[in-house]
Amino acid sequence: MATDTTLETPAAEVVSSTAPKKKNKPQKFLFLRNSKAMTGLGILAFFAILAIIGPWIAPYGAGDVSKDLLQAPSSTHWFGTDHLGRDILSQIIVGTRGVMVVGFIAGIGATIVGVVVGVTAGFIGGIGDETLSALSNVFLVIPQLPLIIIIAGQLPTAGGVTVALVIAATGWAWGARVLRAQTLSLRRRDFVEAARANGERSWRLILVEVLPNLTAIIAAGFVGTVTFAVLSQVTLSFIGITPVSDWNWGTILFWAQNNLALQRGAWWWFVPAGLCIALLGMALTLINFGIDEFVNPRLRSTGLHARSLRRRGIRPRIGFTPVVYEAKEDRT
Amino acid sequence: MSAATTSPAATPAAAKTGDPVLEIKNLSVDYGFDDNPTHVLRQASLTLNRGEVLGLAGESGCGKSTLAYGATRLLPPPGLITGGEVIYHDRDGSSTDILKLNDAELRASRWRDMSIVFQGAMNSLNPVYRIGKQISDGILAHSPGMSKAQAMERSAEMLEMVGISADRLRSYPHQLSGGMRQRVMIAMALSLDPQVLIMDEPTTALDVVMQRQIIEQIADLRERLGFSVIFITHDVSLLIEIADRIAIMYAGEIVEKASSQDMYRRPRHPYTDALLHSFPPLRGPRRELGGIPGSPPDLSNLPSGCPFRDRCAFAFDACSSITPELIHPGVGGDAPTRQVACLRHDTKAVVDAGFEPQPLPEQLVLR
Amino acid sequence: MKFFARRIAFYALTAWAAVTINFLIPRMMPGDPVIALIGRMQGRIDSNAANSIRILFGLDKDMNIWQQYVEYWKLLFQGDLGLSFTFFPTPVIDIVRQTLPWTIGLVGVSTIIAFTIGTLLGMGIGWRRGTWADGLLPVTTFFSAVPYFWLGLIAIAVFAVWLGWFPSSGSYDRGLVPEFSWEFIRSVIYYGTLPALTVILSSIAGWILGMRNMMVTVSSEDYVTVAQAKGLKERTVVFGYAARNAILPQVSSFALSLGFIVGGTLIMEMVFSYQGIGFTLFQAVSSQDYPLMQGCFLVITLSVLGANIIADFVYAALDPRTRQEG
Repeated sequence: MATDTTLETPAAEVVSSTAPKKKNKPQKFLFLRNSKAMTGLGILAFFAILAIIGPWIAPYGAGDVSKDLLQAPSSTHWFGTDHLGRDILSQIIVGTRGVMVVGFIAGIGATIVGVVVGVTAGFIGGIGDETLSALSNVFLVIPQLPLIIIIAGQLPTAGGVTVALVIAATGWAWGARVLRAQTLSLRRRDFVEAARANGERSWRLILVEVLPNLTAIIAAGFVGTVTFAVLSQVTLSFIGITPVSDWNWGTILFWAQNNLALQRGAWWWFVPAGLCIALLGMALTLINFGIDEFVNPRLRSTGLHARSLRRRGIRPRIGFTPVVYEAKEDRT
Repeated sequence: MSAATTSPAATPAAAKTGDPVLEIKNLSVDYGFDDNPTHVLRQASLTLNRGEVLGLAGESGCGKSTLAYGATRLLPPPGLITGGEVIYHDRDGSSTDILKLNDAELRASRWRDMSIVFQGAMNSLNPVYRIGKQISDGILAHSPGMSKAQAMERSAEMLEMVGISADRLRSYPHQLSGGMRQRVMIAMALSLDPQVLIMDEPTTALDVVMQRQIIEQIADLRERLGFSVIFITHDVSLLIEIADRIAIMYAGEIVEKASSQDMYRRPRHPYTDALLHSFPPLRGPRRELGGIPGSPPDLSNLPSGCPFRDRCAFAFDACSSITPELIHPGVGGDAPTRQVACLRHDTKAVVDAGFEPQPLPEQLVLR
Repeated sequence: MKFFARRIAFYALTAWAAVTINFLIPRMMPGDPVIALIGRMQGRIDSNAANSIRILFGLDKDMNIWQQYVEYWKLLFQGDLGLSFTFFPTPVIDIVRQTLPWTIGLVGVSTIIAFTIGTLLGMGIGWRRGTWADGLLPVTTFFSAVPYFWLGLIAIAVFAVWLGWFPSSGSYDRGLVPEFSWEFIRSVIYYGTLPALTVILSSIAGWILGMRNMMVTVSSEDYVTVAQAKGLKERTVVFGYAARNAILPQVSSFALSLGFIVGGTLIMEMVFSYQGIGFTLFQAVSSQDYPLMQGCFLVITLSVLGANIIADFVYAALDPRTRQEG
């Protein structure tokens, strides 16, 4: 595959930063010190809580109609109402659960398939590896969203869990691909070879020696799949494939689009739901940035604060080390 | 400071062998742009004379590469030069402080005055360009008016000079062996007839036979072309063979400077002595081998006093409070240019600080 | 040449897999809706067409699955994808033939523009770390997280409804006859601008971030430092050494993410009612037009494969290591 170069570069770094087990503790703190990852986790936690307690704190039922048709935001309806007088804020709060559940079921499902396929392929090598990598490359190249659309479109009912499973069944390939590359490089490392020479069984080798060193990549793959699953599900709901009684943020946008919210200028109908998706997507992306920087130290930007650098007259550049005369007095 | 650069066709009479060609004075380098940077190089001074090979040795992470890259301003971010001077003396006698040059002047000076051969031959060549293009683009950048064909011809000459046939100009780096790539790098570095060639562990990645061939080739080329070399390696026994003078570095400082024979037969710093005993000599009488206990200190958290004291067999109470400076060793009859940074030699500093000076152990007073 | 042989084998495999998935999906689903539709069409549908639909959807219980598969391939080679129910009795292949050029025009052009601009921006940001350019990253992150179709909605609300600068839907002025005239082309560009800008805006973030990270990684390679040590011009170092190598993974991830991007941009056609294949797929889904759905998926997949092959050629042209083994 032409893309192998992409994966080789970070691959070497991953192991060097995760392999020494005794250093595990400070490194975990390092990840949590990362402000990007913390921001992302904070937003994610907010939505997770909303998903759990949503139906109890929503001011109205998501499908409750009222006489306040298509009203702009007010003190009674913070995010306004739709064409049937339903409260949009309640729809968003209730819809959070649908989004999160599908995102996480799909994420977990795809990650399990990805880990099994990727690690097995990387570990067994030979013809089995060829077959499994060809399989995951095929799934990578086939456009996933149209595939999900035609599968979901032909199912008699495309409820939340069904959609999640369809997404998981089509979205595991990227994780498998990255994990395979990493397992391949791990398999040749000394500590794995040493364990093998000690006569450890294969499954034990995988569980004890290989998997712990793949944690960061598995996590990144999981977060990536959740992002993809959230976007896919919202898209499916938006184009009207999932049942409209299953509230999620995409359903709100479906109603808005089909009732000409845009043309009527009812911005409150489609702006908040979209912002929620964007916020959740951004949270997940930020977490992945945190993982990336944790795994590939070159991407870290410690101390690269544009403003303070400019004040000191430093322009960080490759090949032209900046010179500032700040050192203590010269020796004689 | 004048940044005037002169044409390479200056009268050779102005520059004599033995005159300094590159003077590094009090060079300090920090790593990290934040409030708490690591001082990876502290006030290092070094003089390279015309036509000599200066060796730079020490364990990994002691700052020898940092010194070379700092002097050429090639350290990547977050490297930061925090002080010092790097004076380059051209053939016509004019001198320039590399650290004060602006971008354009520095660009013009690079490769023509000073060139570098990097550690990893594998990664020093751009994998997507042919060898010929990579040698000639450096030539073209410094020779306005030269045609591509002429540059290619010069590149072919350079390749032949390092023993590679000229038809390799059309090869890509991945088609060459490790040894060939390093020769290509040497050809590339010498293509503009520079005064100073810095070699950063040029043979580390190669097998022993190839290592020897390349070392001999460098020695031969130096005789023919007359450039000066800063040779960086952790292999002290190799240095003793090829270098005229040697500087030993430890924890971001230079701890001893001497001619290579003096360094080999009469080490004055305990670290040099330990280093010499951790490599088998290539020639000469056998020595007893021993490692150096412990590991180099963490530069981001350097204790006060002598950085080597935790690993030193001759450390005493003063070593934890006084930071030793480079001075003439306290052994009678040593060459006047010798310098060592050890409190066993610096009785004055020890007494001034109110400590009891300790005598020099017999290993460090060999004659 | 081993590289090309492997790639061709891979594409053949993927094409086969796409066709087979297309063959299997309706067979794993309950087939009742299709039977019901055929029943509804009784009398209006000629027996030949009804037969091909039976083959395509596996309704012929007389044949075993293997025979069905062979028949299916025969139909495909004749270019027969069945009849559309929505646009009855237009063959699916004709609808696809009409809509595909619009998609290739819109999605293709805007993806290439997004890739080019995004790669250049990412290159600049990655090369100049620790300057104001880093401030672009949070904005980019936000746009990479926004769903494509929502950005489309916002674009319509602002530029079509509120400002009235661009039409909110369609692909050309319906008063014009499609022909190769300046007026028609201008209309196509006018109608296409808003969808194209939205596609560019929503997909550019990924290219910026990818290139920025590759640029940061490649910048610390020795050959970039060597290039600076040689005193080459800044432009030569950036383009010839750093970016020239950073773009290689960028091109291969271009190939791999095509499927993803195309999926997202197809939704954009639905939002803008742009008469491409994505909009057709949307219509097929909402009117349960199964033959059209299947046909659209197959054509989309094969087009993505085609684009992948082109990306592979570009990669091979850029990286000498793939061209010459050893």
